[in-house]
Amino acid sequence: MDVNHDLEKASQEERPQSEEGPAIEVEGLNLYYGANQALKDISLKIPHRQVTAFIGPSGCGKSTFLRCFNRMNDLLDIVRMDGIIRLDGMNVFDEACDVIELRRRVGMVFQKSNPFPMSIYENVVYGLRIAGVRDKAILDEAVERSLKGAALWTEVKERLKDSALGLSGGQMQRLCIARAIAVNPDVILMDEPCSALDPIATAKVEELILELKNQYTVVIVTHNMQQAGRVADLTAFMYLGELIEYDRTEVIFTRPSQRHTEDYVTGRFG
Amino acid sequence: MKSKNQATAKSMTRRHARGEVWVWLSAAGMLTTVLMLVGLLVLVTVNGLSALWPRSIHEFEMTDGSKALGELTKRNKEKAGTQIKTGNRDLYGIDFKWLEESEIQNQQLPDDVYVLERLEHGQFVGYLSDLKLLGQPALNNENKHSEFKRALVTMSAKRDELNRWSDEMADLNQNVESLRLALIDTKENSERWQRLREESISDETEFEVLRAKVESFRVELMTQKVVMTDVNGRIKEIALFQILRSYQPNQMSWFSRLGLYGKRMSELITEAPREANTEGGLFPAIFGTAIMVIIMSIFTMPLGVIAAVYLREYAKEGFLVRLVRITVNNLAGVPSIVYGMFGLGFFVYGIGGTIDEWFFSNRLPSPTFGTGGLLWASLTMALLTMPVVIVATEEGLSAVPKGLREGSLALGATKLQTLLRVVLPMSMPGMLTGLILAIARAAGEVAPLMLVGVAKLAANLVVDDVFPYFHPERKFMHLGFHIYDVGFQSPNVEAAIPMVFVTTLLLLVMVLGLSGTAMVLRQRMRSRYTSGAF
Repeated sequence: MDVNHDLEKASQEERPQSEEGPAIEVEGLNLYYGANQALKDISLKIPHRQVTAFIGPSGCGKSTFLRCFNRMNDLLDIVRMDGIIRLDGMNVFDEACDVIELRRRVGMVFQKSNPFPMSIYENVVYGLRIAGVRDKAILDEAVERSLKGAALWTEVKERLKDSALGLSGGQMQRLCIARAIAVNPDVILMDEPCSALDPIATAKVEELILELKNQYTVVIVTHNMQQAGRVADLTAFMYLGELIEYDRTEVIFTRPSQRHTEDYVTGRFG
Repeated sequence: MKSKNQATAKSMTRRHARGEVWVWLSAAGMLTTVLMLVGLLVLVTVNGLSALWPRSIHEFEMTDGSKALGELTKRNKEKAGTQIKTGNRDLYGIDFKWLEESEIQNQQLPDDVYVLERLEHGQFVGYLSDLKLLGQPALNNENKHSEFKRALVTMSAKRDELNRWSDEMADLNQNVESLRLALIDTKENSERWQRLREESISDETEFEVLRAKVESFRVELMTQKVVMTDVNGRIKEIALFQILRSYQPNQMSWFSRLGLYGKRMSELITEAPREANTEGGLFPAIFGTAIMVIIMSIFTMPLGVIAAVYLREYAKEGFLVRLVRITVNNLAGVPSIVYGMFGLGFFVYGIGGTIDEWFFSNRLPSPTFGTGGLLWASLTMALLTMPVVIVATEEGLSAVPKGLREGSLALGATKLQTLLRVVLPMSMPGMLTGLILAIARAAGEVAPLMLVGVAKLAANLVVDDVFPYFHPERKFMHLGFHIYDVGFQSPNVEAAIPMVFVTTLLLLVMVLGLSGTAMVLRQRMRSRYTSGAF
């Protein structure tokens, strides 16, 4: 535990984070796929250690928006962006911002679980290994901590050396979450993490998300409005690349201020 | 009647619409292909495997009183003729003889007929009449067979001794040659020069002494002879030294034949060829083919993979990349002889010639690297197979799911780390597919090799006990070229046919073995990377 503690302390020393102010602050974000504008002038603030959900019909740009936070959109040549996203005060689009460092601070879990074709152990320590950690004790510690954090430890502790591809769909997704938290990020992005899972696995992951928010800032994209209602503290409704409404979840679901939002959450369209 | 016609027409249309005709047509096409392949394999396997089987020797009595002795090889039904392999090339000039079946009076399997495998002139088929050993009287009938056997055993020991001496002579010769080259490089009359010169002279004298010893021993051995008669009573004296093996096929049981067959098989794989490649083993050719393929793989795999990685992962998709890709795809279709020409001009004369000028100028005008050799042949083959590797690797790379790349990048991995830790391991099956195709192509290709380094008969293997133990500049033998050479260039084509089939079979086995290994590897990797429960 000491090692773990040291690691945490070290990471906090490296990047001091103020709990005051928002974890993520977006100002006037525009994003274009070639000539198409996918995100239109979005501004919002995401608080620390809360779960924030993005909902909206397919193609409304919520996944694209999520992928701006760790600059995964950089991978596509045709994407252009302007605006500001501040992570603890630093603009992620700034040239001084190292995208590698950014992605270590902002972990991501994808819609389709994507464990690497390696052992469970190697999957979890992947992020640490590429960051140059070689100490076996630290790695072992991280595996136990992350798998416990992802509520997977009791299921796989006997077979850490087995291939991760032998796990069930839900286990794989939790392994991906463990992999993301192994590097001690500040923020975890989740892009429809339950859309490929059965109800029981979904329930487990949702439970896990509620656990995670004690330590991490979680941003989740979901199609499932009940899910947003269950896990999210804050909910943003997006439509056609615009942020229509952003408020506390119960407000969005019970007395939204926008007509669009009400239509969507009551199932009248979408 | 009309309604019936209509019904038939209707059912025809329906059948047509369901595509039944096409199904049958494509099935027939597939069947033809399979039959052709199976036919080829069966032909090669049967002929290859039966070539070394010790067959019975038949004796024929013809109506004109003459006799013939030999193993049955062919029958011609229309002409009612039988072909036999008589052997005894030194007596008859040819190995085969056609007999008119109508003229055959009597046919039997004589018990005491001998087949002798010799160093020269192919096999001898006939009867044992006498032994002429130095200082021994002629033998009587009772114990000549056992005496003959014993004499052959003694002789084989002596032949081994002679071979040892010959090896020693070759070593000395090598020494003298390297000393000669060293002398050229050393300053004349210096201390070192003097020492080298003395050494050289002592080696040369030793060589001469040994040579005289070997010569006299050989002459002595040649006086030990056996007197054989052919089926018509012609007498032939054969030096025991010349006889590698004698057996009496008609007395042999099926099991002892099997034993002899096994021995011949192992000789085939382990020994060097004799008599213009038509007899003896294939070891140098097997070894040459294998080592050429291995060196080719060492060159082609890294280069091909790196090129594919650049094309697929780094190069910006555009006109130039498309052009390169089209060119690479089309390079795979360039006739192989063109690669041979390029190899000869660029590798052999260009690079090889330059190396000779720079590093081996004291040996000129006799070339070292400036002539065809294993290295240049392997490089030419690497060039020839590289398009295949590039295409297969690119396919392997593009088959790696985007999600895995993103997963790795999202954890803070750089592009290179993602490539090395996730993408490349996962595209291993694709790369191995490329390797399999490259091996199959390189092992079977003959035309370019004829220009860049294959030899009808290579005196030395490319690997031996002389420093630096591996000699990539040497010429080598190759199974594919061996087939061509034995089948079409040997003085006695008909007698060489079994050898051609055996060599073909071995080449097939070898290609299957090499690519089979790669296939097993690929299967292992595949199951490692795809046992997911998606």
